[in-house]
Amino acid sequence: MSNAEGHPTHLAHHFSTTEQQKDSAKIGMWLFLLTEVLLFGGLFCAYAIFRAWYPDLFHNAHSFLDTGLGATNTVVLITSSLTMALAIRAMQLGNKNATIWNLVATLGLAGTFLVIKYIEYSHKFHLGQLPGKYYTFTGVEGGNPHIFFSIYFMMTGLHGIHVIAGMITIGWMLYRTTKNHFSAEYYTPIEMTGLYWHLVDLIWIFLFPLFYLIG
Amino acid sequence: MSTATATNYLNEAKGWKSWLLTQDHKRIGIMYLAGIFFFFLVGGLLALIIRWELFTPAKDIMEADTYNRFFTLHGAIMIFLFIIPSIPAALGNFVLPLMLGAKDVAFPRLNLASWYLYVIGALFALYSIISGAADTGWTFYTPYSTSTSGSVVAIAVGVFILGFSSIFTGLNFIATIHKLRAPGMTWFKMPLFVWGLYATAIIQVLATPVLGITVVLLILERMVHIGIFDPAMGGDPVLFQHFFWFYSHPAVYIMILPGMGIISEVIATFSHKRIFGYKAIAYSSLGIAFMSFLVWGHHMFVSGQSELASLIFSFLTFFVGIPSGIKVFNWVATMYKGQISLKVPMLYAISFLILFSIGGLTGIFLGAVSVDVHLHDTYFIVAHFHYTMMGGTVIAFLAGLHFWWPKLWGRIYNETWAVVSCLMIFIGFNVTFLSQFIMGAQGMPRRYYTYPEEFQRLHGFSSVGSLILGAGFLIMTIYLLHSIFRGKKVGRNPWQSLTMEWEAESPPITHNFDKDMVLEHGPYDYDIVDAKYTEEGTL
Ligand SMILES: [Cu+2]
Repeated sequence: MSNAEGHPTHLAHHFSTTEQQKDSAKIGMWLFLLTEVLLFGGLFCAYAIFRAWYPDLFHNAHSFLDTGLGATNTVVLITSSLTMALAIRAMQLGNKNATIWNLVATLGLAGTFLVIKYIEYSHKFHLGQLPGKYYTFTGVEGGNPHIFFSIYFMMTGLHGIHVIAGMITIGWMLYRTTKNHFSAEYYTPIEMTGLYWHLVDLIWIFLFPLFYLIG
Repeated sequence: MSTATATNYLNEAKGWKSWLLTQDHKRIGIMYLAGIFFFFLVGGLLALIIRWELFTPAKDIMEADTYNRFFTLHGAIMIFLFIIPSIPAALGNFVLPLMLGAKDVAFPRLNLASWYLYVIGALFALYSIISGAADTGWTFYTPYSTSTSGSVVAIAVGVFILGFSSIFTGLNFIATIHKLRAPGMTWFKMPLFVWGLYATAIIQVLATPVLGITVVLLILERMVHIGIFDPAMGGDPVLFQHFFWFYSHPAVYIMILPGMGIISEVIATFSHKRIFGYKAIAYSSLGIAFMSFLVWGHHMFVSGQSELASLIFSFLTFFVGIPSGIKVFNWVATMYKGQISLKVPMLYAISFLILFSIGGLTGIFLGAVSVDVHLHDTYFIVAHFHYTMMGGTVIAFLAGLHFWWPKLWGRIYNETWAVVSCLMIFIGFNVTFLSQFIMGAQGMPRRYYTYPEEFQRLHGFSSVGSLILGAGFLIMTIYLLHSIFRGKKVGRNPWQSLTMEWEAESPPITHNFDKDMVLEHGPYDYDIVDAKYTEEGTL
């Protein structure tokens, strides 16, 4: 159907131009990000409702979160967004090595985020600040303190799962880069991974003030 | 690539692997069709067993507990495993790229992944049946769903996975419609079925994630008791209802919008006339998609939500009636002075007009707060949503199935048997559900395995209707299966329709068309294009 020349290997048979394929991927990815926003949207909605119901509880309970660690994680993720963007830029310029090192840095920062999150979580587990019926901590004033921690663990937990998914995808991109799958002409998958990673970052930028900085 | 050879998408590759690993949208469509037929059979048999139990007020064949599980399974299977994927994922998958003149959907691998998610979700649903089955009704309302001994988690996981299957199909279709239209096919030269799928896909993408997070919360509530739906722990069970209906009201439009698209195609083709009010129909699909997000509270008039909220939801619900009404008037106007041929798809389309109008208008009654308080949780509701979901979507699905069947297989079913079965389904359906409107108005509550003596006659009537309905479907199964192997062969365009899928061979070749497609005429330009197809493929 398609002429043999002018149909590069990265172009799927049902597209006629690279442009068309790239635009389709972009539409698909943005729609997917939209579904992610809505997935979190349900939890943001639950957060808003319970914070409106129990404003004092949220205020008291949030002081048990470690703002220093939260802020560190925010910086870590924002930096990782930068290295991700640099990885894409490097491939646009055909600089494979720079792409590899920036992807490695992104992975490292994502890993750092998870390690810090692990420290925070284990501290809370230790104190009995667990979701729902497993909640045993007694130091928070106000009724139903487990609600705050239920929502905290659900939202940061779901975010953490997204960080892990992002790391897997970035690792896959790293592998494909080393295998010379990409070039200055074709780097759509890295670009799409970047979009996803920025969203993961963005969600954290909302989570951080909503949980750690309740004024 | 050569033209007019005997190879087509069905016989080009052989063996089960060539099906299970295919990325061809047509084969994936056929695999979806197999899946949904299986679950329609399961859901249908459950319905017949339910009607058997309800034939008399006494306990006939099952305990109350078993009955609760049966109607839950009937609802959940029919909605999540049959109706939602029926038109978009099965027929839409097959037809959409053909209608656009494209070689495939935008993301063929994702398309196959959607099918596998469907299968995995279905396996969870089946597992829930053997591990005790849920007895909550398909709505999974808390706090009952978090405390019952029924197997809620398995089916909730199934629903979560099925949701993502549906999201990926919607995402794929939106990208396909945006990027893979044949040169010359501007937005307002697209067939109306494509508009229907587009509006559907928007809802799938925007609403389904909320269902996803809702069932995740339900699972967590049940497994680790997080407390946000539990009033004893400071949570709110009504919040679950809000979340659930934020998805599930738009979901009814996921079910009906593609059906409306089919009706537009069938009525235009079999009236052989330019569709009346093309833009009005296209925009009303988008209007319905938009409005569908603003009315979920009409399911919750008796939940304790504020009166003001109820009034606003009621008011907005009346508004949704407008775009649906616009469509019905346009279809009728299309038929007016058309050259109507009463082939089987058209018979289904006319059935649709009658049944959907009844279903839609009774929906307006239910949107009125005072009437709804009286009719809430009665058989009136049951009848109403069966008129829209079955009388609407399923009948439209059957219209589409009979319309595109010759394209799927290159062969056609026996017309006489198809007419007989269509009439049986129409009559059986009305006997089954008209009686339920009356019972409901008289106060017969839904979801009970027994009832007061005075309802026996109407319940009996309804049960007999379900048997007629079942027999109609049995006949359909036989003649459709027969036609795949023995049906009369047909050419490219047996109905002299003007949309692009009819320019492909029947059945199409693997890459759909034997040339690069360019739009030569609009999808409904019957007045411009003369009957140039009559020499080939006439029935
Ligand atoms: Cu509704």
